[in-house]
Amino acid sequence: MRIALAATCIADAMFPQAPRAVVTLLERLGHEVVFPAGQACCGQMHVNTGYLAEAVPVVQNHVRTFAPVADGEWDAVVVPSGSCTGSIRHQQAMVLERAGLPAEARAATAVAERTYELSELLVDVLGVTDVGAWFPHRVTYHPTCHSLRMLGVGDKPERLLRAVEGLELAPLAEAEGCCGFGGTFSLKNADTSAAMLQDKVATVVDTGAEVLTAGDWSCLMHIGGGLSRGGTAVRPMHLAEILASTREAPVVLGPPAGSGTHQEVAR
Amino acid sequence: MTDARTEILSRIREALGPDGGSVSPADAVPREYRSAGEHVPGSDVVLDLLIDRLEDYKAHVHRTPAADLPGVLARVIAQRSAERQEVGSSDYRSPDIPPTTRDAVRGSVVVPSGIEEGWLSGLDGVDVHVDSRDAPLSAAELDEIDAVVTAARVAVAETGTIVLDGEPDQGRRAISLVPDVHVCVVRADQVVQTVPEAVHLLGAHPDRPLTWISGPSATSDIELDRVEGVHGPRTLHVVLLS
Amino acid sequence: MSTFLGMPAARDGRGPSPEAAPGTLSGVGRPEDPLHWGASFPDAAKAALDNGQLRRNLGNATSTIRTKRARVVGEVPDWEPLRDAGSAVKTDVMARLPELLETLERNVTARGGVVHWARDAAEANRIVASLVREKETDEVVKVKSMATQEIGLNEALAEEGIAAVETDLAELIVQLADDMPSHILVPAIHRNRTEIRDIFLERMADAPPDLTDVPRELAMAARAHLRRKFLSAKVAISGANFAVADTGTLAVVESEGNGRMCLTLPETLITVMGIEKLIPTFDDLEVFLQLLPRSSTGERMNPYTSMWTGVTPGDGPQEFHLVLLDNGRTRVLADEAGRSALHCIRCSACLNVCPVYERVGGHAYGSVYPGPIGAILTPQLTGEKSDLPYASTLCGACYQVCPVKIDIPSILVELRAREVSLAGSSPDTADRVWKAAMKAASFAMADGARFRRAARAPRLLRAISRNGVIRRLPFPGSLWTRSRDLPEPPKQTFHDWWAGREDGR
Repeated sequence: MRIALAATCIADAMFPQAPRAVVTLLERLGHEVVFPAGQACCGQMHVNTGYLAEAVPVVQNHVRTFAPVADGEWDAVVVPSGSCTGSIRHQQAMVLERAGLPAEARAATAVAERTYELSELLVDVLGVTDVGAWFPHRVTYHPTCHSLRMLGVGDKPERLLRAVEGLELAPLAEAEGCCGFGGTFSLKNADTSAAMLQDKVATVVDTGAEVLTAGDWSCLMHIGGGLSRGGTAVRPMHLAEILASTREAPVVLGPPAGSGTHQEVAR
Repeated sequence: MTDARTEILSRIREALGPDGGSVSPADAVPREYRSAGEHVPGSDVVLDLLIDRLEDYKAHVHRTPAADLPGVLARVIAQRSAERQEVGSSDYRSPDIPPTTRDAVRGSVVVPSGIEEGWLSGLDGVDVHVDSRDAPLSAAELDEIDAVVTAARVAVAETGTIVLDGEPDQGRRAISLVPDVHVCVVRADQVVQTVPEAVHLLGAHPDRPLTWISGPSATSDIELDRVEGVHGPRTLHVVLLS
Repeated sequence: MSTFLGMPAARDGRGPSPEAAPGTLSGVGRPEDPLHWGASFPDAAKAALDNGQLRRNLGNATSTIRTKRARVVGEVPDWEPLRDAGSAVKTDVMARLPELLETLERNVTARGGVVHWARDAAEANRIVASLVREKETDEVVKVKSMATQEIGLNEALAEEGIAAVETDLAELIVQLADDMPSHILVPAIHRNRTEIRDIFLERMADAPPDLTDVPRELAMAARAHLRRKFLSAKVAISGANFAVADTGTLAVVESEGNGRMCLTLPETLITVMGIEKLIPTFDDLEVFLQLLPRSSTGERMNPYTSMWTGVTPGDGPQEFHLVLLDNGRTRVLADEAGRSALHCIRCSACLNVCPVYERVGGHAYGSVYPGPIGAILTPQLTGEKSDLPYASTLCGACYQVCPVKIDIPSILVELRAREVSLAGSSPDTADRVWKAAMKAASFAMADGARFRRAARAPRLLRAISRNGVIRRLPFPGSLWTRSRDLPEPPKQTFHDWWAGREDGR
């Protein structure tokens, strides 16, 4: 298949290892990955903060960039983020519709119908759960709110993780509870957000896992920021990074962020 | 100045806009839920389910042939009056037990005027008060009485519910409310499996005053810790006639 | 670290707490406007978060009720079809509201009831006060009702010299403590047993002096306190859970029996009900009597549900008044996107699953309607600028449990858009900073080339990164770094990596 990658703005700028892992993984599975360079952002932050007018050009750019998927030039669009996929699927057409752009709203719907979150693409579209990965570590999985409730990915990410050779999946208590990120919520209601984060960090630490994974770097950035502030050794990694790891090309865990050994080892 | 009624109705019409009423016609309501259970009313499965649900909510259930009903009623009432003898009258935990009635060893009971007389044949020596809409007891009088015996209109097995509809065999709402013990007699054929079956049956006379009862009164207002028995009868006996 | 008033560290559970000096148990007081009081949400939330006892009370209570709800909902094989039906019935009610209200009025009147209409809180309070005065009594008993909380009825009656006695246990606790409810179903959820015992000892004249903090004993003390009032009250005031248009039947769903006492024993009953509480037909009760108890208290059925149609000669109140209340509801109705907030049946399931409510409690919302439903209903009812639409991470747990499928997250987003337009020309610094930041981000993110340049900017932060993380940023970044690290930005963005890879081919 020819699969277009929507890297997401936050991963593009801050966590490029996740979209790079998607490329590695899909190519290993025999697919062609294209990266439309015109892409920037899906508009979720603007929409969810209430800036609908400011969201319009952002959404228009996304729809324009990925329009070829609706014409069959690519077979699918993959997004390594539950919340961005959710915004593409449930908000973009609404934003354009409200801006008085019905034709563009229809185009947005056509793109959204062919857009998948990574675990959806793998399990539902490509029909694989064992992607041939090897990752000999104890891992716990946080099912981010939008993956869980907006997209309904169910246990697809866990099925993918269970098929990873060497991986020990540690159950996370209160897993379905929100980590408190909520985009600009983390700034507008910083104290409440921090209280939620504190509880999530405690349950993650209790698992004894070396790695916390999720399908969304925004939540991972939040929980990871709390884990490193708390001085814990748990490392946040995107699901794609784990699935990309093989015996031949293993992803080696560096020391945890914030630890004194970080500089000399990881650089 | 327009009156409130006119103004509110016109505000609503304005809010809904010109096509307000056409958005969703009533027949568009999807009703894919169960309108009845898979078991027939009064079947053993349904009765067992009702008993399980009632007991889960701390009601006392007596399953008995009709012929034994008077004996069961007599035992329940006697047990109640014995309990009342034991409780100190000054104890606030049982504030409604007036010391003046504590001499009446056999206790007292109120019944609606339309109750089957045969049911009461075992209540020798018990003070039986008959209440009706034409000759009602006052709330204060009801407060002096140990227990109430009524029939029921329908019972719902899945939810452990009995429903009274105020007909002469069930009486005024006050009589099944003020006394501390409610003994409710339900015939097996009155027990349906689901809520929709009961609503449908009650819908034949929707204007009757209805009381749906699921266990004794209860509160969870303190740390969500359930306490059975607050203002309504603190003890519920359901006698299931089979 | 703040201390919680009246909370002893260790005690035997008997007699007044040593710390409970008179007056210290008082709650937040009764506000002028029950829909808008207290500090801003972020500030009120911060105060609540600092209260460790409150967080424990809330955490225990909400997790208990979540578990109960999940169990009894899981028992129902047709739960989703019931939700679909409940949602569709309510949509239909809103579309036909004028016709259904007129039908209800006709049927209630035909059965001997009197229907009154009230445009706002003041008008509703005037109607109720004058009805009570006609009965020449200075005390009325009340069934728990959100509508009368919303209009501040008790305070309005007090001004007329009429004492309104709350008879629901939790409402009684709230009333005695001069407090506000913090939960729709369990208004005193923020109080634990010891505080409640202390409130009773201090504020309830006939409380037994040896009262312990065992819930059963506390409930029995309330029973004793209220029993005389029930047996002698001339007038009762209630709300309504449902009103059936085509029969004129009203329904109140409750647990303790205080509702039955109020609805049965007094000569006169006055019911105050929001105009949205209608359902079209008696048969529709089969949907809502399944949805409400399981969603609300997590029971298969609540202990008592009372239904009455006008006046029944010889049984119950012989005089019945129904006050139909607007008070902002038509404003909500006018907003097509937010209209479904009126579908709410006040079950409070959304509060119990909300991670924000669970941590900050109800008072932080500054409204009698707290939690997710309050965050959409309150600003719509008042029409005022509000920070409540932002009091959510949009995690979607509320939508998942709502028995009538109100899409609360989507309405929150709509209301945020409304806030942004209300703030359009706001002189408020925060509003202007947000606006400028969002405009700048919009410009950068509307074009791939511009974004590719902008995405390199975080790299500059590598200069202040230590050991792979950034621990402190200046405002507004400090809002983040106060409690979390930021990872060191990468040397190369994905855009740049991909371009390099393409060039290398």
